[in-house]
Amino acid sequence: MDTSVENGAVTRSDHPLRVINSTPEAIAKAQRRVQRSFRQIRTESVFRQSLMIIGLLMVVLVLGILLTLVVQSLPSIKALGPKFLWGKVWDPVQDIYGGLPFLLGTLISSFLALIISIPFSLAVAIWLGEYYPKGWLPDFLKNTVELIAAVPSVIYGFWGLAVLVPIVRNLETHIGVAPIGQGIFASSLILAIMIIPYAASLGRSMIQMVPSQLKEAAYGLGATRWEVIRSVVLPYTKSGLFAGILLSLGRALGETMAVTMVIGNTSLMPTNIFAPGNTMASVIANEFTEADKPVYLSALIELGLVLFLVTVVINLIGKKIIDRFTND
Amino acid sequence: MKKNLLSLRSTLTVAALVIGSMVTAFSLVSCGGGGGASGTDSTASSDDALLGAGSSFDYILFSKQFSEYNKANGLKVNYQSVGSGAGISQLTAMTVDFGASDAPMNGKQDSALSSPAIHIPITAGAVAISYNLSEVKDTLNLTPDIIAGMFLGTITKWNDPKIAAANKGIRLPATPILIAHRSDGSGTTNIFTTYLSKVSPDWSTKVGKGSSVNWPTGIGNKGSEGVSGTIKQTPGAVGYVEMSYAIQNKMPFARVQNKAGNFITPTIASVTAAANVQIPPDSKVSLTNTDAPDGYPISGFSWVIIYKEQKYKDRSLDRATKLLKLLSWMIHDGQQYAGALNYAPLSPAAVNVGDAILKSATFDGKPIL
Repeated sequence: MDTSVENGAVTRSDHPLRVINSTPEAIAKAQRRVQRSFRQIRTESVFRQSLMIIGLLMVVLVLGILLTLVVQSLPSIKALGPKFLWGKVWDPVQDIYGGLPFLLGTLISSFLALIISIPFSLAVAIWLGEYYPKGWLPDFLKNTVELIAAVPSVIYGFWGLAVLVPIVRNLETHIGVAPIGQGIFASSLILAIMIIPYAASLGRSMIQMVPSQLKEAAYGLGATRWEVIRSVVLPYTKSGLFAGILLSLGRALGETMAVTMVIGNTSLMPTNIFAPGNTMASVIANEFTEADKPVYLSALIELGLVLFLVTVVINLIGKKIIDRFTND
Repeated sequence: MKKNLLSLRSTLTVAALVIGSMVTAFSLVSCGGGGGASGTDSTASSDDALLGAGSSFDYILFSKQFSEYNKANGLKVNYQSVGSGAGISQLTAMTVDFGASDAPMNGKQDSALSSPAIHIPITAGAVAISYNLSEVKDTLNLTPDIIAGMFLGTITKWNDPKIAAANKGIRLPATPILIAHRSDGSGTTNIFTTYLSKVSPDWSTKVGKGSSVNWPTGIGNKGSEGVSGTIKQTPGAVGYVEMSYAIQNKMPFARVQNKAGNFITPTIASVTAAANVQIPPDSKVSLTNTDAPDGYPISGFSWVIIYKEQKYKDRSLDRATKLLKLLSWMIHDGQQYAGALNYAPLSPAAVNVGDAILKSATFDGKPIL
């Protein structure tokens, strides 16, 4: 606070008195400051524009991939028509391509994997999020679960073939189905393990974000821990939990290497969940290099297009469900 | 004003970068669809390195041969083991000097070429029938009828009377048969299904031949290692694997009855013998079900495929000559490396035909060799 004398009266002002300094150094300094702020504004706008362009690039890439898939599968769409989607026979020798066995194989193995993995991912999420958020054991568990996502899928394939398939074969002899071992069930088991971290990590952070007032209020009303989880934590986090599950489903739909190593790769229609089958991704991986006829190659690309669309549709449905949960 | 200019310039730079990466992305995806036409410009760029692509079966032999040839003649050969089908696509796109394939080009592939191609037999391989029957210590004998029956799903148990009739004195268990086949398209599958189509009319009408077929039964695995893994761990499993792979991994394999009625063990010698038959001038012959009395019946050539007229795009005579000399060396001196790597050396009949085919190659209408 400055005190000054003006016209004989003493006034008090909140601002310091400013005397314009007109020495050349001071003017140069002021010019530099002005230039700097112009530069800052410019940087700002360049930064903003690059963010937008990079964001747009993602859109362009996705559309470009879609466009490429459509263009490259045109020969097969022309030759086979919509029957591609419900044809049951995939016979490259006679140029008959029906994708239904692979569409079914993809959907059955992914959803089965999802059903198997949900109890585990939910349990991990609740235990880490609500019961033991801190400490060496929860930290260890959290890192281990996240490591599951980091292991390359070919390693799961090897492990599945060497360890899991003999166990499944044993199980199959006990329940009286053909003891093959490899098949849709074995691939669902492998997929279930691979997708647990996605739903578990997201679920854990969602559960930790539940406001403590809500929980404390419920405890204050005499709720037990189980009741708090059931009626406060889970309803509050359901859209987040669902998003995590959706993320893991997306991973399961597109998984190629681990699946192809244990699913039994047959083009026959799957008769039960223990039967060998095939998924769209693994057919493409298996047959692409030796697809020696233009229609064959194009049919494989159309399979990729169908896989792309299936993923998009499932994601859209998931978004709708999340929206509905959130609007409640 | 200067500020505006600067900002415009940086926006342009960013936009150029974006467009550049978009173009790259597009060309990448479109290449992927065209059968992996990579390295487009390298054909013409340097004349001291030849490019080849194709069969993965040939890869080990080619690596050895090319490295020996490089030591002697200083010529580098880059070979991409991308699979026979992809090799033919790359030859069609003229991005390589030669393709290599375990199956001769089919009519559709031929018609996609801009000028005729010639096939040079380069080595021979075979397909072994391997099985997992821990109770049986002796080597099994299989007839064409049994093999077709098993893979069609009509013979389902190991103690089937047909198998017992071909293996008198061996106690066969009642284990169910599980067929293991390749899930990836492969030349091995092509040789095997070509054989089955020849010996079994049923197979020929129901399934047919190709690098990928619609298998009536069994489970598929990726690569020789996948099929052999399934055979090893599943009691009662039977499948087909490349002979060299089966020998290296000491897998048990069956003797197969050939056209002359003899039961033949797959060995390098019996495969070379299978190729010692009358070979047509274009060498596009399947060795399966060979007439040779001591030949293993599930054998096949692997070919190198080049354009008959070597003057295309901006190729030089020098480059064409180098290619032809290399191929000639491969079917003569290069054959000495085959045996140690479990490839069957070419039979004299095959070398003669190969020589004649190489002499038919031309540059601007004039013979090269």
